[in-house]
Amino acid sequence: MKRHLISAADLTRDDALLILDTAEEMARVANRPIKKLPTLRGRTVVNLFFEDSTRTRISFEAAAKRLSADVINFSAKGSSVSKGESLKDTALTLEAMGADAVVIRHHASGAPHRLATSGWINGSVVNAGDGTHEHPTQALLDAFTMRRHLAGAPDGGPTHHKGPGDGTGRDLAGRRITIVGDVLHSRVARSNVHLLNTLGAEVTLVAPPTLLPIGVETWPCEVSYDLDSVLAKSDAVMMLRVQNERMNAAFFPTEREYARRYGLDATRMAALPGHAIVMHPGPMNRGMEITAEVADSERCTAVEQVGNGVSVRMAVLYLLLGGNEPALSENRTEENK
Amino acid sequence: MTTSKTLIRGAKVLGGEPQDVLIDGETIAAVGSGLAADGATVVEADGKVLLPGLVDLHTHLREPGREDSETVLTGTRAAAVGGYTAVHAMANTFPVADTAGVVEQVWRLGRESGYCDVQPVGAVTVGLEGKKLAELGAMHDSAAGVRVFSDDGKCVDDAVIMRRALEYVKAFDGVIAQHAQEPRLTEGAQMNEGTVSAELGLRGWPAVAEESIIARDVLLAAHVGSRVHICHLSTAGSVELVRWAKSKGWQVTAEVTPHHLLLTDELVRSYNPVYKVNPPLRTEADVMALREALADGTIDCVATDHAPHPHEDKDCEWSAAAMGMIGLETALSVVQHTMVDTGLLDWAQVADRMSFRPAAIGRLDGHGRPIAAGEPANLTLVDPAYRGVVNPAGFASRSRNTPYQGLQLPGQVTATFLRGKATVMDGKLT
Repeated sequence: MKRHLISAADLTRDDALLILDTAEEMARVANRPIKKLPTLRGRTVVNLFFEDSTRTRISFEAAAKRLSADVINFSAKGSSVSKGESLKDTALTLEAMGADAVVIRHHASGAPHRLATSGWINGSVVNAGDGTHEHPTQALLDAFTMRRHLAGAPDGGPTHHKGPGDGTGRDLAGRRITIVGDVLHSRVARSNVHLLNTLGAEVTLVAPPTLLPIGVETWPCEVSYDLDSVLAKSDAVMMLRVQNERMNAAFFPTEREYARRYGLDATRMAALPGHAIVMHPGPMNRGMEITAEVADSERCTAVEQVGNGVSVRMAVLYLLLGGNEPALSENRTEENK
Repeated sequence: MTTSKTLIRGAKVLGGEPQDVLIDGETIAAVGSGLAADGATVVEADGKVLLPGLVDLHTHLREPGREDSETVLTGTRAAAVGGYTAVHAMANTFPVADTAGVVEQVWRLGRESGYCDVQPVGAVTVGLEGKKLAELGAMHDSAAGVRVFSDDGKCVDDAVIMRRALEYVKAFDGVIAQHAQEPRLTEGAQMNEGTVSAELGLRGWPAVAEESIIARDVLLAAHVGSRVHICHLSTAGSVELVRWAKSKGWQVTAEVTPHHLLLTDELVRSYNPVYKVNPPLRTEADVMALREALADGTIDCVATDHAPHPHEDKDCEWSAAAMGMIGLETALSVVQHTMVDTGLLDWAQVADRMSFRPAAIGRLDGHGRPIAAGEPANLTLVDPAYRGVVNPAGFASRSRNTPYQGLQLPGQVTATFLRGKATVMDGKLT
C-alpha cells in the first residue's frame, strides 16, 4: 500500500482486499465488550475538517480511538482557518505538533492530494472527502457492505440480505451495482466507480443527463438515463443524495419530477431481484431520492454501512500507520490483559 | 549604455543568409555583407538569428495596484530578457486603466523604465464591469494614444455594450480585444471541461463558453464593420470560427499564448495550481489545432498573457489559487520548441507572428518594422542552438509562477536592442 489514501484509483485489487479483510478482523473487535486495541498507542491522528461532516468525522474518530491513537479534531469553523489561514500554514502547524496521520475533509477537489505531495507534512494523508473528487473510505465501506451481502456465500453467489456473511478473501466479480443520482457532484460515485471496477463488479450509473459529467463515457462503467430498465439486473442499488439547491441551477425542473423519475420507492424496490440490497451513503433525503418506506425497509443497508465505516477506517489507519505487525493477536487486546 | 554604433556581424536576418547589420544611434544604418566596424561595438552573431524586436499584445504588468507581483519596471525587464521591445499592458490593474489618467501613468512608467516600450490597453467598460463604456476617446487622445481596448480577465458579455464599443472605436481606428468567456457557462469554472475534469471533480470551463462569444463577436464586427481581436484563443472550435470569419473578409484577428501551444489539461492531474490559467489548458487535439492555425495564419500572432502572481496565490489548494502564468521570458523558446523545431514555422514567420502582426493589430508605430536601413533599431538576436533548463530563480520578473520549471527548452535571446540601445547583451540585462 502507498503511504497515503487519496483516491480509490490508487488501490490495486490486492490493496483493496487487504483493507477489506483487515476490516473484517476489526469488525470482530466491535462485538467485544471492550472495543479497543493498543495498536496505535502513542500515535497521533488529526481529523482536519474544513467542511461540516459530523458523520464522517466521528467515524474516523471512533476508528482511531479503538486503535488507541491520540485524536485531535481540527474543525475549520471557529479556528484560524476562518480567519484566513492557508491550508499550507494549517498543515505546517499540524506537522509541528507531530501528526502521524492527517484525515482531511475539504471542500476543494485535490486538497488532500496537494497536502500529500506539497512537502508540507510528513505524515500519512487520508482523504475523507474532497470537493466533488473522491471519498475513498466511503467506497471501501460500501464495498465491504456489498461483499458481506453479495459475495459471502460459499458458492460465491449472492446471499440473502438478512444474513450477511464474511466475504474474506473475495472480490465482487460479476456483481452488478447500480449507482443512482447526482453523479456530477458526487465524490462517492467517483470513488465507487474506481474501486468497484478494481474489484471486478459491473457498475451502471443512472442519472438525468444534466447530473452526469461531460466525459463520463470514458469511465469504466455503463451509463443509463432510465432507472426502471436496470433495476431487474441489479445486485445492489446505491442511491446518492440529491441536494435541493441543484434545482435552482436547472439540473432538473422540480423535486417532484426528480423523485418520480429517479427516486427509489416501494414499487421500484419490488422490481429488484430478491437478494438485492439498497444502499445509501447518507445523509438521506427522504422523499427525494428515496422514500421513507424504502429507507426503513430491511433491504436498506444505510445504518449497517455506518457501522462498517468504523471497521474499514480502522483498517485503513492501521495499515497506513501500523506497519507490518498483525492487526489482531488475542493476547494483545485490551480485554485479555 | 551607449547608443552610438553597434555592428551585429554575421546574423541570419529573419533566419536567412548571414548578414551584417549596423546600428547607428536609434536606427539601422545599413544591412549587408562585410560591413566595416568603423569604431562600432561589434556583436558576433555567428549562427544566431536576428528578428525584429518582439511585440506582445497581451501583458499584465500589474502596476498600479499589485506591485507585489510585478511592476512596470520588473515586467519590462522580463520583456527585454524575452526579446520584446514593446508590450501592451492590460487594463485590469487597481485602479482599472479606464481613464486617461491611469493609462498615461502606465505609459509614463514604461518610458521611465527604458527596457521596453509600454503601450497601455484601455478598459472597454468602467471598472471592467461590462455595464457602461469607459471614456475610450479620452484614452485614445491621451499621451498614451490607446488604440487597443479590452476588459481582459472579464468578457464584455453584454451584446449591446460589445456592439457599441466596436462601433465607437472606429472613429480612431481602435480595436476591441475580447476575452471570450460566456460568464454563466463558466461560473466557478476551474479547468477545461472534459474527461480530465470529470475524473478530478473540478468544475469545467467548456469550450463552447469561448466559442459562443467568438461566434457572436465576429458577427457583430461584421455587422458594424469594425475590428475585433480575440484574446488567447484556446480551442479547436474557436480556430474554425476565426477561419470562417476571415474567409468572409471580416476584420477579425486572433492571438494564441505559448502555453496553449504546448501544455494540456492532463497536467492538472497534479492539482498543482501553477497549471491553473484562464482560459484553461485544453486537450492535445486543441493544442495541435492551435499550432496548425498559427502556422497557416488563421491565428495572427502569439501573445504571452504574462500573468504574474505572488507565491502565496499559487502555494495553496487548486480552487483557492489565482489563474495565470508568467510567459515573457520563455515565450520565444516555447514558440521555437512547438513551431520552429517541428517545422511548422520558419524564422521569418516567427518574426511575422511575434512582431509584425501584433504591431500591426495594435497600430503601434516604430515596432514590427522590417530589418532594413532607415528603420528603427528594435532588434532581437536569438541563439537557436541553445538548450537550457528553465530555472525561475533567475527570472527578471518579480513573480515565479511559470509552468515550465525544470523543462528543457531550446533557444535563448542573447541580445535585445530598443531603438539602438542594448537592453540585453550576452543573455543578460544591461
